[in-house]
Amino acid sequence: MASQREIRRRIGSARNIKQITRAMQFVAASKLRRAQETTLASRPYRETLDEVIADLAAVLSGDDHPLLAERDFTQAHSRLIILITSDRGLAGALNTNTIRHAAREITEHPGDLKVVAVGRKGRDAMRRARVPIAAYFEGFGDRPTFADTLPIARLVSDDFVAGTYDRVDIVYSKFVSTLVQRPVVDQLLPVVPSADTAGIPGNQFLFEPNPGMFLRSLLPRYVATRLYQAVLESTASFFSSQMVAMKNATENAEELIEDLTLSYNKVRQANITREMVEIASGARAR
Amino acid sequence: MPLHLEIVTPERLAYEDDVDMVLVPGIEGELGILPHHTPLVSLLGVGELKIRKGGTEESFAIVGGFLQVRPDKVVVMAETADLASEIDLERAQEARREAERALESGYHEGADLASARAALQHALLRIRVAERRHREGPRRGG
Repeated sequence: MASQREIRRRIGSARNIKQITRAMQFVAASKLRRAQETTLASRPYRETLDEVIADLAAVLSGDDHPLLAERDFTQAHSRLIILITSDRGLAGALNTNTIRHAAREITEHPGDLKVVAVGRKGRDAMRRARVPIAAYFEGFGDRPTFADTLPIARLVSDDFVAGTYDRVDIVYSKFVSTLVQRPVVDQLLPVVPSADTAGIPGNQFLFEPNPGMFLRSLLPRYVATRLYQAVLESTASFFSSQMVAMKNATENAEELIEDLTLSYNKVRQANITREMVEIASGARAR
Repeated sequence: MPLHLEIVTPERLAYEDDVDMVLVPGIEGELGILPHHTPLVSLLGVGELKIRKGGTEESFAIVGGFLQVRPDKVVVMAETADLASEIDLERAQEARREAERALESGYHEGADLASARAALQHALLRIRVAERRHREGPRRGG
């Protein structure tokens, strides 16, 4: 059995760990709240944009804009996956799940494929798996802004228009609730117009300057908005996953402290008993 | 019947209220929207958006947006929308100097040049909107 001092040292370090994980849990909880607010605040823009795209799709066809054109997938095609993960870990199985989801998508649809990694964890995993990485963006920290996603959007739309890729997907972790984050694959390009929900047929709108030009200026923004949304969802997922992971870690530390305290007392008791026996036998021998 | 106006950016809902009239910087000149306007979707330039409501006027500096006029409401979508009275003039001046420095510092790649120009344009717009506001104050009467 370990010595008394050894056990006391281990109790001390378990206490330290508990303090740290507890602090991280609370920090994650407050950052989660903010991330959720940002995600909610970004929803009206996304919804109106979807509506307008649906209106435009009603009056235009794929011939009018390359970002809208569905390409022929029966022929050899190339695909880009944008993998959104976090830079840091300590968030339970979140990144592992997202990366595994991306890996499955890659193995199930073999072919010419590249990855744009957003976040260090995803980049490292793709590098290990020897998947070609077209570009890498460092994660955007605790408060991603719309402007952060613009460079990715520009890169991806330019490459798509140039014909480098026939299809672009985003793999990220969707925030369902504090306890549930689901990795998803969303098709980004070509654009899939949503059903027109506004109840006004698109062809009743007057488009200025004209639908084609309007779409051209709108689509890069649409791509940026979709990316922004995915980054926000991932951020919210990260903090909720981290909060739960740190809560578990705190509870484990508490359990460990309890167990260690028990064996510390046992050792202490055994030592006292041994000393008493020694004293008693020493006194008798005299 | 009042006109229901919403100004939306990717990051927040910047404005929502019933107004009398809205003037937007259309890509081919200023566009005035009154109630019962025909359904319209139009690109917006970089410029000032003015809201008239019960004799008062408010203005926003708008960048990179478009406008959707529907029978029930008018939605302005912009990358950024700053309320004139909330613009920090000093910070805008600083942004302007920075953008000018970036433009003067010689050689530029296409994308860098475009974004530096856009930043300068944005800074100048904010300054213009904020200064006009300071000079006139919130307009009353009418």
